[in-house]
Amino acid sequence: MGRTIAEKILSDRSGMMAVPGDIVEAAVDYLMVNDVTGLPAFEEFEKLKVKPLIDKLVLIPDHYVPNKDIPSAKQALAMREFARKYGVKNYFEVGRGGICHQVMIEKGFVAPGRLIVGADSHTCTYGALGSFATGIGSTEAAAIMAMGKLWFRVPESQKFILEGEPKRYVCGKDIILNIIGDIGVDGSLYKSMEFYSAFKLPLPDRITISNMSVEAGAKASIFPPDEKVFDYLEDRVKYKPVFADPDADYSDTFHYALSDMVPTVAKPPLPSNTVPASECNIEIDQAYLGSCTNGRIEDLRMAAEILKGNKVHEDVRLIIVPASQRIYARAMREGLFEIFLESGAFISGPTCGACLGGHMGVLAPGEKCVSTTNRNFVGRMGDAKSEVYLASPATVAASAVKGRIVDPKEVKP
Amino acid sequence: MKEVMRGKAWKFPDNVDTDQIIPAVYLVTGDPGELSKHVFEKFRPEFARKIEVGDIIVGGKNFGYGSSREHAVRALMGAGVSCVIAKSFARIFYRNSINLCFPPIECDMDVKEGDLLEVELAKGVIRNLANGRNYPFTPFSPFALSMMKKGGLMRYVEEVLSCTK
Repeated sequence: MGRTIAEKILSDRSGMMAVPGDIVEAAVDYLMVNDVTGLPAFEEFEKLKVKPLIDKLVLIPDHYVPNKDIPSAKQALAMREFARKYGVKNYFEVGRGGICHQVMIEKGFVAPGRLIVGADSHTCTYGALGSFATGIGSTEAAAIMAMGKLWFRVPESQKFILEGEPKRYVCGKDIILNIIGDIGVDGSLYKSMEFYSAFKLPLPDRITISNMSVEAGAKASIFPPDEKVFDYLEDRVKYKPVFADPDADYSDTFHYALSDMVPTVAKPPLPSNTVPASECNIEIDQAYLGSCTNGRIEDLRMAAEILKGNKVHEDVRLIIVPASQRIYARAMREGLFEIFLESGAFISGPTCGACLGGHMGVLAPGEKCVSTTNRNFVGRMGDAKSEVYLASPATVAASAVKGRIVDPKEVKP
Repeated sequence: MKEVMRGKAWKFPDNVDTDQIIPAVYLVTGDPGELSKHVFEKFRPEFARKIEVGDIIVGGKNFGYGSSREHAVRALMGAGVSCVIAKSFARIFYRNSINLCFPPIECDMDVKEGDLLEVELAKGVIRNLANGRNYPFTPFSPFALSMMKKGGLMRYVEEVLSCTK
């Protein structure tokens, strides 16, 4: 019987034949920890009185940095001190990093065939480059710092076949929202999604799709690597791509016609609650462009294309948050900031802040936000009576101009 | 981990997410006692005040959906909740629960808010003392059970490290 990508990577790293349902102990290539999940991990780790395996460890403060208050400042300090104490070289200080998942990709930690875990649920993002990557808890992070390995239940794999080509303005965000709208928020629970598409989706679209797969409950979300991934990585890093066997066994197979998809919005309170953007017509108070889901340079360019020559609606705040320092610099050099500032948008440095209702864009009772982020749960971005509508960068930019959620074609046909 | 847990039921719907269990603004500590002050704060503000030690949460499908924050399990443990019973669990919440010896019990049972429940882990059964019915729950995998009996993931790590010294 052939094997899926997930089964092959877990077999390789555990030294066992990993069959779905088995529990294996597998060696991880990298462990990522952020400022919020880091503190409990460091506290657990210190009880063991051993030295951490620092070559595998990547520390990225991003949730509550720059520090929003004194407790968050202490938390970020705990990470900085841990990095200094043990000489962790892969620590990315504010100003030199950004949102953890974007930084992991930019700095070359993510590559085909690797097994990567992170104390953040959106670690599944890295599957876009052919890694098996999944989110874990803080105690698990402490265990890996000490042992370099962790237990995994080998997941069943699901095959997603994307057919045709997407229309103008339909991007990775619309694709994953359509899929979650179809299979539901537990449609891939405990499973590994594997994506196949004759149309070579741009890498940023794949990253957005893998990023939000956890919103369908997935453990991992993997695109078999191709030239787009190899070209992106150049010869900066060494890796060994892993592909599924032609006769691999999948628990389910789904087909989606990309050409049938339209710009899509997920209404609160779940990412599965999808409607076409053109039918949404909700008046908004805030529009948010950023996050690990959609804060890449391609996302900013798309928004700039729509905002150019337009003004943000007088009743709307448009908040733009590039996902990393590198993207921030690039957007500035490309002249995107001029377009954003001219339109009346607010630009911040990279942070997760507002996506999780932490800081830098928290919503008041009754306020509505259209956002390129990944979660629209009750109260996610602020008060329990505020609302989050998930959409693509194009839809968010167009909606910011109109003051209500619209299809991007309504602003730029 | 207690072999028999007894407490009254708090009913929750499907897809209870970790933002509901502990809002992100409080993720500045890992201390269960501190986190427990804000458990379900936005959605059931009375919960933290009225929960009694040993009480049991009965959720629907996909309990613990969303973020990887282990703080969610810690907040419930800090509040004195003895276990969560749900039709299904989100993956990371399930792992965190096993690793911290907070039994995630999969069962589809009839229960009303406030019913007195008794969970017997060894026998794999939940008794609803209010309606007199017994409900078998999905047995834990041998791995999960041994992890919880050992005292959780950190005890396991200590064992491994002491063997390799």
